[in-house]
Formats: sequence, C-alpha cells, structure tokens
Amino acid sequence: MYNEKVVEHFCNPRNVGELLEADAIGENGSFKCGDTMKIYLKIKDDRIEDIRFQTYGCGAAIASSSMLTEMVKGLTIDDALKITNQDVADQLGGLPPLKLHCSNLAADALHNAIENFRNGKVHGESA
Amino acid sequence: MSRRTVYMDHSATTPVREEVVEAMLPFYHELFGNPSSIHAPGRTVRRAVEEAREKTALALGAEPGEIFFTAGGTESNNITLRGAAKKRGEPGHIITSSIEHHAVLDVCSELAAEGHRVTFLPVDQYGRVSIDQLQEAITPDTFLISIMAANNEIGTLQPISAIGEVARERKILFHTDAVQIAGQLPIDLKKLNVDFLSLSAHKFNGPKGIGALYVRKGAKVTPLYSGGGQERKLRPGTENVPGIVGLSRAMELAVAEIKDKKKRLEALRYKMITGLMAIDETILNGHPEERLPNNVNVSFKHVEGEAVLLSLDLEGIAASSGSACSSGSLDPSHVLRAIGLDHPTAHGSIRFSLGWGNTEEDVDYLLEVIPRVVNNLRRISPTYRTNGSRKE
Repeated sequence: MYNEKVVEHFCNPRNVGELLEADAIGENGSFKCGDTMKIYLKIKDDRIEDIRFQTYGCGAAIASSSMLTEMVKGLTIDDALKITNQDVADQLGGLPPLKLHCSNLAADALHNAIENFRNGKVHGESA
Repeated sequence: MSRRTVYMDHSATTPVREEVVEAMLPFYHELFGNPSSIHAPGRTVRRAVEEAREKTALALGAEPGEIFFTAGGTESNNITLRGAAKKRGEPGHIITSSIEHHAVLDVCSELAAEGHRVTFLPVDQYGRVSIDQLQEAITPDTFLISIMAANNEIGTLQPISAIGEVARERKILFHTDAVQIAGQLPIDLKKLNVDFLSLSAHKFNGPKGIGALYVRKGAKVTPLYSGGGQERKLRPGTENVPGIVGLSRAMELAVAEIKDKKKRLEALRYKMITGLMAIDETILNGHPEERLPNNVNVSFKHVEGEAVLLSLDLEGIAASSGSACSSGSLDPSHVLRAIGLDHPTAHGSIRFSLGWGNTEEDVDYLLEVIPRVVNNLRRISPTYRTNGSRKE
C-alpha cells in the first residue's frame, strides 16, 4: 500500500517534537478523518532555521509531515510558501489516492505557520 | 529486527487446516462428478454432499433438511433478508441492530429505500441490544428481526436466546448472522428460537467461498435466483462440492475441539487484555465478559489505528483496525460510533482476533512490541503530553 520511502519516513520520522522557543506555530487538520498536524518554526532573517512537527494520523500523515520538514529546512519563507501538498507527495514517490486528500496536509500546516508569523503572531486563532 | 510472523486477524479469515484440505482434495480429482448427474460418478458425489449436510446439521443441532449451502455469510444474509422481504411482497417492518456487519446493515438500508421500514436498534456502551427496546420496536407489520450473534469488531455477544423468545412469542421471523460464533462457541438450534442462521466456513479454518444457511423447518423465504433446482431452489447453481466437504470437515473439527479451544483462547485473551490495559490511556472496547473468546479490541488514545497497524506489520504482527484510514472510507467504524466512542478514540482502535495456531509466545511477543509502538507514535502526537514536553 505504501512505497519504501513512505515507510522509511514513517519508521524514522525527521524533526519530531516541539520547539519551545518557536517563532511561529501552524496547525492543520482533517475533520473527516481526524488527522491533526502541528508545525513549529524557528525563523531567522526570513529563513526557516529550524522546524519540528507533531502529527496525529495514519502512516501517510506522519511520512508527509516528516518529508515536508526535510524539504523546507533552510528555505526562505517565500520559497517555503511555494511548496504544496502535492510536492510533498511527489517527493515521497507518491501516496495512495485516498491519502492525497485526507492525510497529506503538512504543507498547509506550514503555510498556516508562516501566515501566523507574517501576522506578527506565534499562534493562529485555533492554537 | 525480528522476522517472526504472528497472525492475530482470525476474525477476518483463518488458515485452512490440513485435515480440511485433505478431505477436499479428492473432490478436485477423482470425485469430480456433478451431484445432479444420475450416473455413478455423480451419485457418489451426491452422497458426499448429503453426508456433509448431515455432519453440518449434527454440529448445529439441526435437521439435515434445514441446512442449505451458500457461497458464504454475505450470501446467506442476503438470501434471508431479501428473500423474506420478497416473500412478504408488500412493505413491512424489519428490526435489526445498529452494529450489524455491512452484509446485513446495507441490505436493510436498501430494503428501506425500497419501501420497507427498518428500525436500527441502538446498543449500550458494550454493544448489547436491549430486550425492552426490541419489544417496544415491534409493530403489527414487523415481519423480520435480524440481530447478529456476536459482533465482528468488538466481539460482544448478543442475547440471542432471549431475542428468539420474543420473536417466537410475537410470531416474527428471527435471523441471526452467526458468522463470528460458528465454530467458536457451541450452537444448539434445538434450544434456540432461531429461524435463520448464517455461517461462513473460512472463519473456522475452512475454505473461502462456502457458507451455510440454516432455515428452520416451516420458515420460508422466496429464492432470489433462478436457474436450477440445487439446494431445493434456494441457492441454484452447481454445488461447490469441495467447499461443501471442506465446510463440514472444518465444522466437525471445530465442534469436537470447541471446549478446549474456548478455554485456551479465553486464557490468552485475558493475558492480552491485562497486558494491553497496562499501557496508559488505553480503553477496552466491547463487553468485558460477554465477548467472543478470541476477540480483543482496544483504543490507544492519541494515536491513529492505521499507524499502529503499519508499525505492528513491520514487526510481523497482523491485526486490524476500525479506523477510517484502514478501511478505505473516511468515517470510523459504525460499531465504535454506536457504542459511543468519539472520533479520535474510534480512530485509535485495534482489533486482535486470536485463533487456531496462536500460542502464549505470540501473546508475549505482542505485549513486548506494542508498548514501544504506541509510545513511538504518541511521541509524535500533538495531543499527547509527555512529562518531558509538558508546557502547562
């Protein structure tokens, strides 16, 4: 059902946890299947210096969160905003069709964090 | 990493026992005849089919004439529910439960769309229907009650005997989907007021694609199919002879070992539940005692079921989940919602179903692996606060 790359990220997720001194925190969730993602950013000179995630969800949700953190670490926030959920899925070598909609939410959580940062807040309304 | 394989998904399907395969093989080779043929090769096979019917009937406390072979549990359920509605010919009322298998639930929903009224009885927190609510639901046009003997997800046993008494008293046909208890717990149809009972061979170490329907003498449904006189027109089509022989052999073996197996599995179940409940924020789903000997269903809070299944699979353990993500739909199991679980708890449910071949070592291995699996996933979860990261 999942390819090797997805399973590898699921088994060894990168950048897991919280950043206690985060400059921005973003969240995203799927009410339908219950997946929830939280992204923590440390931003310096408009660049993502550090990133952590926490995810409640299936294998695809965890693997896509992990992959996203690897993809955007070190990017400027402008470049990070260009990364889409589809880019994350592609970088993972593809996800099962159903998972593209319900569990591939990491990029949206990142965009939420950057939006909060630009609005001068650490947390959004829901956090 | 361990390459041990531990199969704990016997409620999904079971391996076919060697004795069963051996009994079936001649019917693929020299005993290939069509039981409807009048020549010797046909007659020999006809005898085998009727012997299988006798053995199956004996195992259930039924008469051979009350046993009909079908393609499995789903077909037995359809033949009964749709057949009873067809026989009635005009809209009427059906009572079922809200936690039936889809092979009953979906048929009932379709019959409702076709003009029948259907009451889906609620269940309590353990998944049991109430006899009082059943009594209250009955109306003058109620023609069928269909309540499962045991739930396939949470293992809860229904009060089949009491439901049968109500049905008999009110002169309503009673069907039970017994797919999960056949071969697991004794069934004596002489003592139960059941008119129709569905079972499936692959749930008790028999082959797939073969099941049976018990129809009490005098109870009638209109056949759904046309095309032949086999199974007294209830299920036309050339008989699945190897399957029929395999079903009866598997049933014979299961019934002979039923007491020992029940005792053995209940001991393993107890050990498993005790071990799993030692993990904090873990909930047992289903009834603590009135449950299948082989069923363990728990919810680990803060983790999603499919992620647990995937982790267990990587450790060689096969189980299943009521989580939406593992079922191909987006909603969590209707059973877990019906017993009152919120979405996250339902999503975190895992079903382990034990069976023939499982040992105490399997349970030890599971209990060794699972705390690590759950903790690893909780470490990632935004809703789980460990002491190390507690912010409050």
